[in-house]
Amino acid sequence: MTDTAKAAARKIPAPAINNESKPFWDAAREGRFLIKRCRACGKAHWYPRLSCPYCFSDETVWEASPGEGVIYTFSVMRRTEGASFAIGYVTLDEGPAMLTNFVDCDLATLAIGQRVKLRFQDTEGGPPVPVFAPA
Amino acid sequence: MSIKGKAYIGGVFEHPIREATDQSTPQLHAECAKGALADAGLSRDDVDGYFCAGDAPGFGAMSMIDYMGLSKVRHMDSTETGGSSYILHVGHAAEAIAAGKCSVALVTLAGRPRQQRGGGLGGARALGPNEAPEAGFENIYGGTTHTLYGMCAARHMHEFGTTSEQLAWIKVAASHHAQWNDHAMLRDVVTVEEVLASPIIASPLHRMDCCVITDGGGAVIVVSPEVAKSLNRPAVKIVGSAEAPKGPRGGQDLDLTFSAGAWSGPAAFAEAGVTPDDIKYASIYDSFTITVLMQLEDLGFCAKGEGGRFVADGNLISGVGKLPFNTDGGGLCNNHPTNRGGITKVIEAVRQLRGEAHPKVQVPSCDLAIAHGTGGVLGARHGAATLIMERE
Repeated sequence: MTDTAKAAARKIPAPAINNESKPFWDAAREGRFLIKRCRACGKAHWYPRLSCPYCFSDETVWEASPGEGVIYTFSVMRRTEGASFAIGYVTLDEGPAMLTNFVDCDLATLAIGQRVKLRFQDTEGGPPVPVFAPA
Repeated sequence: MSIKGKAYIGGVFEHPIREATDQSTPQLHAECAKGALADAGLSRDDVDGYFCAGDAPGFGAMSMIDYMGLSKVRHMDSTETGGSSYILHVGHAAEAIAAGKCSVALVTLAGRPRQQRGGGLGGARALGPNEAPEAGFENIYGGTTHTLYGMCAARHMHEFGTTSEQLAWIKVAASHHAQWNDHAMLRDVVTVEEVLASPIIASPLHRMDCCVITDGGGAVIVVSPEVAKSLNRPAVKIVGSAEAPKGPRGGQDLDLTFSAGAWSGPAAFAEAGVTPDDIKYASIYDSFTITVLMQLEDLGFCAKGEGGRFVADGNLISGVGKLPFNTDGGGLCNNHPTNRGGITKVIEAVRQLRGEAHPKVQVPSCDLAIAHGTGGVLGARHGAATLIMERE
């Protein structure tokens, strides 16, 4: 089995959803990736929340994102049983870094600074979740 | 108000057990309490302050105070910052004592992760993992402590050229100390080559970059100056303490190359009125080798990015290098009870200050020591705690 096949093999559980995050997951079901931006201070943040973590304003709004960015860092979890997988942070072009998995790639060639693009991966009984693959 | 000189370490105890097949977790807490009280020469009914964190079973402090029959408690605190909680508790106990809220404070930690096949954070039961605000956006990615520290190591290597060989020196130093500790989980001295030959667990960390998983626990007694004078033990005075939280904070300007120790460290040094150059012995939380390297930088023992060069060539080995660290073998070799190593950091620092460390690793004229830790995960949310202690 190649590393590429292994990267795609890990099953992702359904994400926990609450009232605050529901609009994000509803959009994800339609294949749209949303981030939150604050109208008071202008900054985008991740993970999405009602109050801006920078200025504590409630003037945050959902914004569609193309889901493009670069790998800030990553680690490959080596499994002797089950699939090895890569987890790391992507710095979105809008500014915030987000935790994610890297898929559809040769884990041995992942690199910090590499450009990546979002795709949605199915979960076990929940909405699809954002993951990234080399752009 | 400063806590400098307002409280002393009265007693310490590290449970010798590493594989607790026949004990309950509350029992281990009680055995650690008894051990520390005996070390101090105090009795249970002297305890009027109690401190514990997420490893305390049931209703935390309420359950443990009732279980142990602590009937005189008038101050309690169960602040949860993961493995650093117990270093933070010593600082909080000193504050409570300085404020007159208690005079004999008991801090306990215990658990049995080997019996429950647990890696992870060892406790943190509060609301359940799916109630955390970040849960839906993070728990799905299979993050573990290994990968969340591996990410820090990868970024540190990228920015500063830190190498796996340099990280390996931290494990090598710990193993040199552990060979003298009868209770250590791993007593074999290892080489840099052996560390690098151990399998990768979470890149770039090898198996030997990771701490041990052990059952057991420990306890610390913090006392007022008046109580300290009445004890027949060497006086270990608390001269500085500080704590700080750090997280991704919305993701802008994410920087995983430093920890909250960059804030707690300078604050504790300022309170103590000393500098890193004055420190004779350092207990540094060592969940992974990278944890040590980043914290040494953050505390100011070397500049940011210089940690790799600082730890290399045995600089952390007692009797060899400039900064003897974790002379009990640390979490990397000796003990990381309940996946939470903070209390053992305080305990070994107290042994050093009392002159009660193993003769092969005892630092001569050890009159000033630091115990520092970070709990939670460096790759996401963590709490740092720094404690500076002086032999009077």
